[in-house]
Amino acid sequence: MAQAISPPEAPKETRTGRYSSDAAGLGKARAGVFVAPALLLVAAFLVFPALWVLYLGLTNYRLTGAAAAEPEFVGLGNLLGAVADPAFWNSTWLTVQFVLGSAVIGQVGLGFTIAWLLRDRRGPLKRLVEGLVILAWILPGAIVSFLWVALLDRDGGTLNALLGLPGFAWLLDHPMLSIIVFNTWRGTAFSMMLYGAALSNVPPSHLESARLAGASSWQQLRDVVFPHIRGHILTNLLLISLWTFNDFTPFLLTAGGPDGKSEVLAVHVYKVALQSGELGHGAAVSTIILLINLVVAVFYLRLLRSRR
Amino acid sequence: MALRKRVVAVAVAAGLGLTACGGQSSGGGGDAIELTITQNAIAGGKNAAAAKFVADWVIPTFEAAQKAKGKNVTVTFIPSGVDDEQYKTKLSLDLKSGKGADVIDIDGIWAGEFAEAGYLKPLSEVVGPEADAWDGWAQIPEAVQGMAEFDGKKYALPVGTDGRVLYFNKSLFAKAGLPADWQPKSWQEILDAGAKLKSAGVPVPIQINAGTAMGEATAMQGVLPLLAGAGGEVHRDGKWTGASQPLKDALGLYQKIYGGGLGDPRLQQEAKGRDKSFQQFAQGKIGILMEGDYFWRGVVNPKTGVAKMADRDQAVGYALIPAIEPGKGIRGQDFVSMSGGALRTVNPGSKHPKEAFELLAFTLSPEALKEETKDGNVRVTPRSDVNKEILAGEPLLTFISEKVLPLTAYRPPVAVYPQVSVALQEATAAVAGGTPPDQAAADYQKKLEGIVGGAGNIAS
Repeated sequence: MAQAISPPEAPKETRTGRYSSDAAGLGKARAGVFVAPALLLVAAFLVFPALWVLYLGLTNYRLTGAAAAEPEFVGLGNLLGAVADPAFWNSTWLTVQFVLGSAVIGQVGLGFTIAWLLRDRRGPLKRLVEGLVILAWILPGAIVSFLWVALLDRDGGTLNALLGLPGFAWLLDHPMLSIIVFNTWRGTAFSMMLYGAALSNVPPSHLESARLAGASSWQQLRDVVFPHIRGHILTNLLLISLWTFNDFTPFLLTAGGPDGKSEVLAVHVYKVALQSGELGHGAAVSTIILLINLVVAVFYLRLLRSRR
Repeated sequence: MALRKRVVAVAVAAGLGLTACGGQSSGGGGDAIELTITQNAIAGGKNAAAAKFVADWVIPTFEAAQKAKGKNVTVTFIPSGVDDEQYKTKLSLDLKSGKGADVIDIDGIWAGEFAEAGYLKPLSEVVGPEADAWDGWAQIPEAVQGMAEFDGKKYALPVGTDGRVLYFNKSLFAKAGLPADWQPKSWQEILDAGAKLKSAGVPVPIQINAGTAMGEATAMQGVLPLLAGAGGEVHRDGKWTGASQPLKDALGLYQKIYGGGLGDPRLQQEAKGRDKSFQQFAQGKIGILMEGDYFWRGVVNPKTGVAKMADRDQAVGYALIPAIEPGKGIRGQDFVSMSGGALRTVNPGSKHPKEAFELLAFTLSPEALKEETKDGNVRVTPRSDVNKEILAGEPLLTFISEKVLPLTAYRPPVAVYPQVSVALQEATAAVAGGTPPDQAAADYQKKLEGIVGGAGNIAS
């Protein structure tokens, strides 16, 4: 998760065509040598596995049994089987809910709200809030999910004890809500920090003049703040949508249950490929996930470009 | 324990991350031999007694014996404390990449698919003639040896066998006016006892595992014994059983239990439902529970159990699982059970297969088995000579070995069985959630056709 990102800069480099494109004076060959190690790593750890998944998806490869020793080519059978499987569509729909609920609404909304409320504050309150939010983000997933299981447990759960609702089965009756709230809590820190940085770039003079002109808070946000941080918002949405889409942590809370009601796509692939041992089928589903990720990424990137 | 399970789940999901750590350090120092041994057992958690035994007795004793022979052998135990499905995934990935411990415990049902995949090789190939010449074979009954064989070749040594019974809480039974030597003769008598327990205020009168969250435990301690009790088998004479009457009967019992308020349908859905059922039985909240002898040895064991019951020997009763009606079980039996058993084998990728086999054989020597099973850790071992001595003071295990094993049944040792099992689990989940049994059975048949390659492989 902790990837370094740089928010897209305002378009300053549009006129670079005037200068030599070879600013360092290396020449193509030497520049290629410098780039080669990175490209090799990308090829070995990204391109090759992706192609391998494409290939596996066309076989009946299994984790165990005869098909593990000698997989056979089955063409598009796995892909067609996956698309015809209602469990796959169920998982896709749950994943859409999960991404919209916990990433787009939850993390962006909460992250921005905290960043906005704390923008002018200094001192211990700000540090405390930020510290707590970031703590939720940096704790290891296994530990955090164990804490949440203890919080939401039907019989001995802390939440039920606090609310005086013994026996209320959060993880069984509201599995999607549980993992959406969990993931919002878990991932808000990233959005909060990104928006915090973005808001500090909004020139105070613009806000000041808007206030003097009698703009309400909402008008200030809409007409002054958002245009300034639009690039940040889209970048943030792109990253957290993709992270959330591929997130496996819900498995640690509900194991996809009850009866598949919180089986998002990442959990679906795990169950198909590793628990049932159908690696070929799982690879085909992974291929579809890869395509969905590409579509989401292209959508956001186009949006970014068009708004410049 | 739940935490550990999750940690490993993450590691397994990361797949290669875990197998990458499975390699042995290159034994550069002189002629020192490093061996590793793994089981799904961990100190303080799952199968804690087994983990403790390996770490505290097997390893030091074996190392000392080797030293006496002039060999410098060090053995490391690699613990694990997760669901069996996850342990299997981890082993598969280990073996696939040529890594993993030298001596490995597997469930007997995995032998066929691991052998087909080339993950395991016949012991005589891996180890040499020592494997077939092992003196223990003479002590192991044919049926138990059969678990370790695939295509007529021995792939492992059997570690033991087990059986399923109905456990009941005698104090709850006394409260409900039921006898302490209860032995139902039909399913109706189980339901009647459940109804009495319910009116006596027992929160969960009957727990028979259902649903997918419990995994194979739903099959072995749930739908398969019921299927056998209704006269059915999941796989017979090369054909799979579809939406047959026995399956509908078995699902019908689930409906009566979970639709009739005699069981807790939510418990079947919880991610940790089986662990919770153990806790609830130990706390006196469950009246009747179908489980294997593992429950007696590893769960409510007053010393080493995960849900200890100090008064186990007085408070917990056990009975044979009845057929739907007398004489209506498989082979016309009055009572039924299901059995499995663990195997222990040598990793074909081991650098020191001879020493690994010595370690393996040592863990199944009479002295090791006697040491392992003393102090209340008795189990049915594979060796008749040892069983004769150790089961004498153990009523439940004598019961298993004398009454249950003669009438038990085994699962089909084929690679698609786990998927069939999942489809069965889904059928029980549907019924526990309110779907009519006929509908769930029809859905099962549809899934089965997809799994086993068409309706031609299903008996009509």
